[in-house]
Amino acid sequence: MEHPQQPFFNRGPTPFARFLLFSLLALALIVADSRFKYLTIVQQAVAVVLYPLQRIALAPAALSERMSGFLVTQAQLTTRNNGLEQQNLVNAAALLRLEALEQENARLRGLLDTREAQSQAAVYAEILYSHRDPFTRRVIISKGLTDGVGQGQPVVDAAGVVGQVTRVYPWASQVTLVTDKDMTIPVQVMRSGVRGVLYGVGSDGLLELRFMPFSADIQTGDRLVTSGIDGTYPAGLPVAVVQEVERNAASMFSRISAQPAAGVNRYRQVLVLTAASAHPANPGFDEPSAPRKRGRKGG
Amino acid sequence: MGVSSYSPRQELLLPVRAGFLWLTVLAALLVNLLPWAGFWTWLKPDFVAVVLLFWIVREPRLIGFGVAFVLGLAMDVAMASLFGQHALAYTVIAFAATMLRRRLRMFSADKHVLQILPILLTAQAVILLVRLAGGAAFPGWTWFVPAITGALLWPIAWVVLLAPQRPRIDPEHPI
Repeated sequence: MEHPQQPFFNRGPTPFARFLLFSLLALALIVADSRFKYLTIVQQAVAVVLYPLQRIALAPAALSERMSGFLVTQAQLTTRNNGLEQQNLVNAAALLRLEALEQENARLRGLLDTREAQSQAAVYAEILYSHRDPFTRRVIISKGLTDGVGQGQPVVDAAGVVGQVTRVYPWASQVTLVTDKDMTIPVQVMRSGVRGVLYGVGSDGLLELRFMPFSADIQTGDRLVTSGIDGTYPAGLPVAVVQEVERNAASMFSRISAQPAAGVNRYRQVLVLTAASAHPANPGFDEPSAPRKRGRKGG
Repeated sequence: MGVSSYSPRQELLLPVRAGFLWLTVLAALLVNLLPWAGFWTWLKPDFVAVVLLFWIVREPRLIGFGVAFVLGLAMDVAMASLFGQHALAYTVIAFAATMLRRRLRMFSADKHVLQILPILLTAQAVILLVRLAGGAAFPGWTWFVPAITGALLWPIAWVVLLAPQRPRIDPEHPI
């Protein structure tokens, strides 16, 4: 009596069936995440479970940093302190001027009957780690939902715009850097006032100002700041410095490459501007702001 | 020649303790989460993939597709990558390990490297394909380096992960 189909040990579905099941499940997750962004809750749950492990993994680096901070010499501290005091003096002078300008600005805004520019609330955060995923330019920072960080908020450091919060976990959030391939940021040339959109290209230290006509007044060394017309980034934050302007007769637009101003690879401290995304673009404000624009162009 | 050149020295091993297995999986996840920087980032093997492969080859009754999938999800959240890409890659690894299990017993650990390498390369290729389909840019051929370092890690993993199962033989009374 033969039973060729009878397995010796009953172990459930065959490996191939399991393989099919789990890979289809994974593909469904991938599609759900990339197309519909359905799975925020699931991801947050996984992040919570993973949090203690992340903390442990980051502990050695934090400890070594603390140790090296402990072993710093008196001379180093003194020079650093001197440098910071000088910097502070310069900043204080700028701050005084800023205060005067802010008051003047408020008065002028009052005259023009536009709403007050919102004062910035910010959350201080540290970059926990970066560059795990070579396909994107993202970092994880140490503040999340519980600290008031929300999706879409701009992130800056001492030198300029770092990027934008793209995913929020309870105690951490993911920031997509301006150099990411899918990131765009509306900017303005500080010197000439020309507006454009700055694109990330997916490599560190390179941004592109695309679709600018030949005649656009842009030179090497120009500073690009946020124009603020998107409603996401507050106006006037430094973003990049123009590195190269290539005017090629073969193409419609000039090729402009820029270097990001923010030092993501150098600094660990960043600020999340939490109040910035609290003002959605309101079409009703278009009319009153129109004369202001004309005035700026004329002057 | 004959049998001796193919089959490794047979060892009688103690049964693995489940606690040790889970501890090593957790440790691998922890090492993956360490903040790697600079040059090491693209050299870094996927420790979870190697440990997962090892245990599915050795102990298929304790660990399998489900664990591989969940570990993949954890890696996706930790790496801030596309949710599900590592789950898919680890599912491929689990399938390959299940298929390869009996064949690996024919070879000694250093010869496993060439058998492991295609599996890890396939896993990397799966992630690459998913991301390219999603519109990402090709990150360069260094993308496949972790598979090579992972395969080279295999003999070390073999020694380290089997060490607790090796019986301590008393030289005074062998057997």
